[in-house]
Amino acid sequence: MQREPRSREFYILAVFFTIFVLFLYGPLSAILILSFQGPNGGLTFPLNGVSLHWFVNLFEKQAVGDFGGALRRSLMLGLMVMVTTVLVSLLAGLAFRRKFLGATALFYLAVASLVVPSIIISLGIGVVFSQLGLQPAWYSSAFGAHLTWTLPFGVLIMFAVFNRFSPAYEEAARDLGATSWQTFRHVLLPMIAPSLIGVGLFGFSLSYDEFARTLMTAGTYNTLPLEIYGMTTNVTTPVLYALGTVTTLFSFLVIAGTLGLIVFVNRRRAYA
Amino acid sequence: MVAMSETAIADVPIRKRKPGSRIAEFAAYLQALPLLVILGAFLLLPIAMITVVSFWDYDFAQMYPGFVTFNYTETLGSWVTWKTYLNTLKFAAIVWGLTLTIGFWVAYFLAFHIRSTAMQMVLFLICTVPFLTSNIIRMISWIPVLGRNGLINSALVGAGIVPQPIEWLLYSDFAVVLAMVHLYTLFMVTPIFNTMMRIDKSLIEAARDAGASSLQVLTNVVLPLSKPGMAIGTIFVVTLVMADFSTVQVMSGGQSASVALMMKNEMSLLQYPAAAANAVVLLILVLLMVGGILRVVDIRKEL
Repeated sequence: MQREPRSREFYILAVFFTIFVLFLYGPLSAILILSFQGPNGGLTFPLNGVSLHWFVNLFEKQAVGDFGGALRRSLMLGLMVMVTTVLVSLLAGLAFRRKFLGATALFYLAVASLVVPSIIISLGIGVVFSQLGLQPAWYSSAFGAHLTWTLPFGVLIMFAVFNRFSPAYEEAARDLGATSWQTFRHVLLPMIAPSLIGVGLFGFSLSYDEFARTLMTAGTYNTLPLEIYGMTTNVTTPVLYALGTVTTLFSFLVIAGTLGLIVFVNRRRAYA
Repeated sequence: MVAMSETAIADVPIRKRKPGSRIAEFAAYLQALPLLVILGAFLLLPIAMITVVSFWDYDFAQMYPGFVTFNYTETLGSWVTWKTYLNTLKFAAIVWGLTLTIGFWVAYFLAFHIRSTAMQMVLFLICTVPFLTSNIIRMISWIPVLGRNGLINSALVGAGIVPQPIEWLLYSDFAVVLAMVHLYTLFMVTPIFNTMMRIDKSLIEAARDAGASSLQVLTNVVLPLSKPGMAIGTIFVVTLVMADFSTVQVMSGGQSASVALMMKNEMSLLQYPAAAANAVVLLILVLLMVGGILRVVDIRKEL
């Protein structure tokens, strides 16, 4: 396609897109700046000096809540959800490549899991656990509740990946005498590795930030989003913003690390 | 290109059933089993339980198994419930309209005005990253912007445009809609962008060669072909808004209501059967809406 000069439409849309990006990131940068508020500063601008006071405050033992414990639980839960989501989505993706009885029903069950309001899942799992006489906890009931949100994403992504995946590669491997395990391990797995890493990122991030589904299912000990939600009503100091900055930076690190990993895997595959 | 490889897959003749295909079919069941077990235990069973509990009796302390219908008659007979449902639907309609408009133009810009694939991916990632950060943090980040002494009010008062701070910026329906658009537009951008990227560029060239203006290309080629993406985005946004309680609670400062917030309040008063009846009504409403949208689009073809 030859390069035409940019039309007026392009410039209008470019401005629109820039405003959209500012709209996405603007408020986030406001709390980033305000978390460096001086010790006497309040919840709004102007900055009353610049300090790390609120970050120090965050890591001290607080009257309300237990930030360190909540963070530890959210990380563990996120990792558990990530591993389960990757494994189960991969298996389900492989299953959907073949025709089997109930495949359509199972697919729409996954879609349903995506559209059922989160608070209904929260309430339902809470009631099931109490009727069974089980104590809800972040590693059991909340774990299951998070999976109802991360698995549909994982399954749909794997479904899309295998939709575009030509069986010719596996047939070639089989013709060369590879066993099905060898075909899977040395042909299929390396080709879909970047997508699996993406599914892992989704699984971890969605769980790490999930709030509504954890509400009735976390049991005695809070996860981080529950802790933050509690703070929005109780805490009236910039320590709230410090917490926001820390968790957001952590999310950015996770995303950057994952993207780096995907680029690395692709590179290595290109040279292999 | 994607479309090509799909037809290529479809044209591959189905391999003859070998003796091993029984085993292959069995393997498919085994592979699908974990998904079925997890969704069965944490989606189907809880929904079944909610339906059962919605017919139970209760007092301030506990629930009593039984079959009573007053959880439904009380909920559906109350004017407050109807107002809350209408309010939730109002939010859904406004947020849907806004996210669809913004999402369409953002996706259109990315898909048709950015020429290099690398740049497309970078800009798309910039749009996606906030989606992977905490919703609650993104919500409260509006407080220093919209508040009484927030950035916008200080700027407006400082510039002499308004004599005193505008009160309705924060803790109002306006704030709720703004925050929802902020949180959910990405769910619209992604599927529309995905669909637009699969539109064959030669179709657009053909339309141009046939003398269509860029507006005609947009309305006669791009818009109809983007409909599946718009439908999937609509499913996401509508179900998210219908289920929302935290945005409504935080951003309206308790002055507005939604169905999920009403449920949450009933749950905190331990009125589980009442909340369950509400859950069943809400679930039926959401599934009807999604079912209606699914008549327009086949999700499996769009993936």
